[in-house]
Amino acid sequence: MALIELRAVRKIYEVGSETVRALDGLDLDVERGSYAAVMGASGSGKSTLMNLVGCLDRPTSGHYRLAGTAVEDLGEDELARLRNREIGFVFQTFNLLARTAAVANVELPLIYAGVARRERRERAREALEQVGLGDRMLHQTSELSGGQRQRVAVARALVNNPSILLADEPTGNLDTATSREIMELFDRLHGAGNTVIVVTHEPDIAARTHRQVVLRDGRVVADTESGP
Amino acid sequence: MIFGENFRIAFRALWANKMRSLLTTLGIVIGVAGVIGVVSIVQGLQHLLTKQFEGLGANFMIVQPRQQFGGPGMVQKPVRLTWDDGLAIRDAVAGIERITPQVFGAAQVKYRDRVHSSFAIGVNQDWPAVNNFAVDRGRFFNKLDLDRRQKVAVLGLDVVDELRLADPLGKEIYLGSVPVTVIGVMEEKGQTLGQNLDDLIFVPFDTALGVFGRSAAEQVQLRLRLEGTDDVDQVREEIRQLLRRRHRLADGDPDDFQIVVQDEILEQTNTLLGAVTLVVAVLVGISLVVGGIGIMNIMLVSVTERTREIGIRKSVGARRQDILVQFLIEAVTLSIVGGAIGLLLGYGAGRLATSLIPGDLPPAHVPLWAIVIAFGFSTVVGVFFGIYPAGKAARLDPIEALRYE
Ligand SMILES: Nc1ncnc2c1ncn2[C@@H]1O[C@H](COP(=O)(O)OP(=O)(O)O)[C@@H](O)[C@H]1O
Ligand SMILES: [Mg+2]
Repeated sequence: MALIELRAVRKIYEVGSETVRALDGLDLDVERGSYAAVMGASGSGKSTLMNLVGCLDRPTSGHYRLAGTAVEDLGEDELARLRNREIGFVFQTFNLLARTAAVANVELPLIYAGVARRERRERAREALEQVGLGDRMLHQTSELSGGQRQRVAVARALVNNPSILLADEPTGNLDTATSREIMELFDRLHGAGNTVIVVTHEPDIAARTHRQVVLRDGRVVADTESGP
Repeated sequence: MIFGENFRIAFRALWANKMRSLLTTLGIVIGVAGVIGVVSIVQGLQHLLTKQFEGLGANFMIVQPRQQFGGPGMVQKPVRLTWDDGLAIRDAVAGIERITPQVFGAAQVKYRDRVHSSFAIGVNQDWPAVNNFAVDRGRFFNKLDLDRRQKVAVLGLDVVDELRLADPLGKEIYLGSVPVTVIGVMEEKGQTLGQNLDDLIFVPFDTALGVFGRSAAEQVQLRLRLEGTDDVDQVREEIRQLLRRRHRLADGDPDDFQIVVQDEILEQTNTLLGAVTLVVAVLVGISLVVGGIGIMNIMLVSVTERTREIGIRKSVGARRQDILVQFLIEAVTLSIVGGAIGLLLGYGAGRLATSLIPGDLPPAHVPLWAIVIAFGFSTVVGVFFGIYPAGKAARLDPIEALRYE
C-alpha cells in the first residue's frame, strides 16, 4: 500500500458562470521514502494537488488515502491533526508569522501538538540547527534573507517529524544560489528517510529528484522514474 | 492546546497594538470605574447613615414642620409648629418618655477678643437623653435653669478649642449679643454629613429664641423618646390627630408637619441610595455594552488583519477550537484589563470623592462582591462580544486564509 493514494480526484471551482477543473480525474500513488517532483505549466493544477495532499483542502470528488486512511471521511479536527502530525508544508511565499522570532515560528506545530514549552524550544532549536540557522534562532523573520526565511519554513515543516514533506515551488522566490541551498536541504532530508514532494518549474531542480510527475489540465500526463 | 499558550499569544497581540488596545477597553474601564466608584461611595454613606440613626434607637421620633407647596398663584399658608404643640403632645399622648424642642441656626460666639462662627441649638434639659448625647465636663442645664431663664450654655469640644478656653466652666461668653455662662462641655461626637456635631453651642430654648428672634418659635422641631418600641405606630397616629386638630386642618388637607421615626429615616436613605445605585447601574450597563461593542469591533478588525496568521496556524495543525480560544482569550483579556484599570480608577475616584465631601465619611470601601462583579461583568462582556469575531476566525478556510493579501 502506497503512502499516498489518489484515485479519480477532481477539484472543480465555479467562478461566476465558468467551471474550472483544477484537477480533473487525477490518479497518483507515492510510496514512502519517495523523492518526487511535480511539474507542469502554470495553472495545470500543481498547487491544488499539493493542497489536497497536504490536507489543507478537500477534493470535489474522488478518493484520497493517506497511509491507508480515507481522508475524505475525516472531520475538520482530524484534518488539522493530520496537518500537524503527518504533513510538513513549505510554501513559495514562506508563510512565516511576522514580528515573531524564527524559533517561535518553528515551535508553532509543536504548540498545537501539545508539546510542553521546554521540549518545544529544544526541538525547535534542533530543527533550526538542521537547516543551518542555529545562530539565528532569536532573529525576527523580517531580519532574515529570503533563503533564510525559507529555511525557517523548512525547519517548521520538519520539527514535528511528519511522514511527508510537501514543498510548493519552494525556490520560486529565491535566487539560484539560495535555491541550490534549499534543494541540498531537501536532498539531505530525503537521504535521512523522509518522503519529499517538490513542485517546481525548473528542470535542474526536478533532475535532483528520483521521479518527475507532469501535470496538464489537472491530469498526470507524464510520470518518469529516474531514481538511483 | 494549552491555555497558557493562548494567553501568551493574546498578550503579545494586544501588546503589539498597545494604544489601540487601551482605547478599545475605555468603555469597560469607564463602566467598571463607575460601578466601583459609586459602590464605594454609596457603601460608605449607607454605613454612616445606618450607624448614625441606629444609634438613636427605634423609639426615637422627630416631628417637624412641612412646607406646603401650592400650585401656581396659590397663597401659601404659613406652617407653624411650636413648643406649645410639643407640650400638648406631652400632656395628651401616652407613652412618651421625654420630649424636647429644638431650634437651630448659625451664631457667632465671642470670648474676649476671640470670635468664632458656630451653630447654636436651643433645647430643653431632655435633649441629651433623647439624642443619646452626654456631657463630658460640668453639667447640662436642668429644668430649674430653664424655668428661671438662666443664661447658660453647654459647649461642643470644637467651640472650646476655637475660643481657646483652657478652663471653660464658669466663663462668660457672648452668643451674638447675649452673654451666657458656660456650665458644661459635651462629649466628643465627630462629624456627620455636612454637620460638625462638636461645633455646637447648647443653650436653653428661650435663650435661643432671644438669639434667633421670636419668629423662630413658629418653626420648632420636636424630638421625642418613647417609653417603648412596641406602640410607635399608635403614638405616631395620636400625635398626628392631635396636631391636625390643633392646626385646624380640614379633612382633605395634607399634614403641615412630618413625623419621622428611625426606621423610616433608614428606609428613606436606603431607598434614595437604592435609586442612585439603580440609575448608575443602568448607565454602567450601557457603557459596558458600548465597551463590549468596541471590543467586538476591534476584534473583527483584528481577525481580518490577521487572516494570514490564522491560515498559517491552521496549516500547521491549529484546530477550529484553538483559533476560537485564542481570539476569545484575546477579547476577554482586553475586557479584563479594562476591568482592572476601571477598578483602580473607580477606587481612586471613590477615595477622592469621600475626601472632598465635607464631614466624617468613612474611607471609600470596595466590598469583595463589587470586585467580583466588576471582573465577572468584564469577563462576560469579553466572552459575549468576543465570541462572534472568534468564531469568524475559527471558521476561516485555511487555503483562503493563506491566500489573503
Ligand atoms: N480558489 C480558486 N478559485 C477558482 N479557481 C481556482 C482556485 N484555485 C485555483 N484555481 C484555478 O485552478 C487551476 C489550477 O490552479 P493551481 O493549482 O494553482 O495551478 P498551478 O499551481 O499549477 O499553477 C487554475 O486555473 C486556477 O486559476
Ligand atoms: Mg501554484
